[in-house]
Amino acid sequence: MEYLTCNNMTTQEAFYSYIVRLGDDSLILGQRLSEWCGHGPVLEEDIALTNISLDLIGQTNNLYELAVLRENQGKNIDQLAFLRLEKEYENLLLVEQPNVDFGYTIVRQFFFDVYRKLVFEALCNSSDERLAGIAEKSLKETKYHLKHSSEWVIRLGDGTEESHRRVQEAVNTLWKFTDELFFQDEVDQNVIELGLGVDNSNFKATWNSHVEHVLTEATLTIPSNSWQHAGGRKGIHTEHFGYLLSEMQYMQRAYPNMEW
Amino acid sequence: MVTEKYIWEQLEQISDPEIPVLSIVDLGVVRNVTLLEGNCVITITPTYSGCPAMNVIQDDILKLLTPSIHTKVEMTLSPAWTTDWMSENGRNKLREYGIAPPEHEVDKSVLFAKPTVVPCPKCTSSHTKMISQFGSTACKAHYQCLECLEPFDYFKCLK
Repeated sequence: MEYLTCNNMTTQEAFYSYIVRLGDDSLILGQRLSEWCGHGPVLEEDIALTNISLDLIGQTNNLYELAVLRENQGKNIDQLAFLRLEKEYENLLLVEQPNVDFGYTIVRQFFFDVYRKLVFEALCNSSDERLAGIAEKSLKETKYHLKHSSEWVIRLGDGTEESHRRVQEAVNTLWKFTDELFFQDEVDQNVIELGLGVDNSNFKATWNSHVEHVLTEATLTIPSNSWQHAGGRKGIHTEHFGYLLSEMQYMQRAYPNMEW
Repeated sequence: MVTEKYIWEQLEQISDPEIPVLSIVDLGVVRNVTLLEGNCVITITPTYSGCPAMNVIQDDILKLLTPSIHTKVEMTLSPAWTTDWMSENGRNKLREYGIAPPEHEVDKSVLFAKPTVVPCPKCTSSHTKMISQFGSTACKAHYQCLECLEPFDYFKCLK
């Protein structure tokens, strides 16, 4: 890889950050979903949520492996996953939001799945062949996740008064984290320029219309309050993140270098 | 002299740790065998990104082949695994084992469209229903036969 400098950042640094961010999104959401293990509302959904969690953590594994390979500084992916400090994780704020209830978890998943499917579709054409391969693999899984979350959004939204109330509340609360899906900074500019990463502004309209379509079908409305929260891509997290990390990192911190 | 044919035959003996009735060759996760100057490279691909069986499969391959030849296992993601790579033999073994093999059509059904018709592996009735899109492992969905009432796993079609 060439070591071009753009915005005080080498291409190599930008590509590393870009892939780690993609990995952080799936790791943190995977961790959140794993909290449902043994707590699902019905056995089938317990299994579904933990299966999705497993896919996401598998994707994380592939992404982190590629990141450390391209960075070429001999980092270990377990360290990347389990030994960074809070500010060193650059995931979307959406994915670190707590599970609250099944409806809330499903709305969070749905917003993410629509976005993630568009990201992977575009990444199938990345100029980095291995990243394109990860995208091709992950896309198949993501489509399946999206089908699951979309169906549940509709079933719950257009369900009982209680289920409607709960998912509408989830939409109202989580909406303020959706602009961040389209956040861009110098990391993105670098990788877009070289065809390594995707320009997510290209599919913002598609994301909106897809989400609107399903929410309408679910008799749900998009909140009119347009205030938006951001900071995840700069390592500035919501309060919930520290608690998640302390649980996720416990084993590596208590037993350094342990392996399964 | 270790031949490519011999290695493929050996690999037939390694079963998928989660679906022991299938060999890793039946499942289509072995993508390539290369022999070069007394070394052997086996390329495998995961069914799903988070498939926990991959490490076990890798260890099994090394354990089996290392005594006869220097072996290396490589992992590839592209082209991504598809259920089309499952052998006809593998499909029959699955059915006999009680797991419905993947239908050739991918489950394209959009929202709330009818899911794929999957015949019951026990009584062959097509009068079945999907209980859950996700089953006991990432690669399976959960169905029930409405004729014999038997619940069964369906190996999802992935393309």
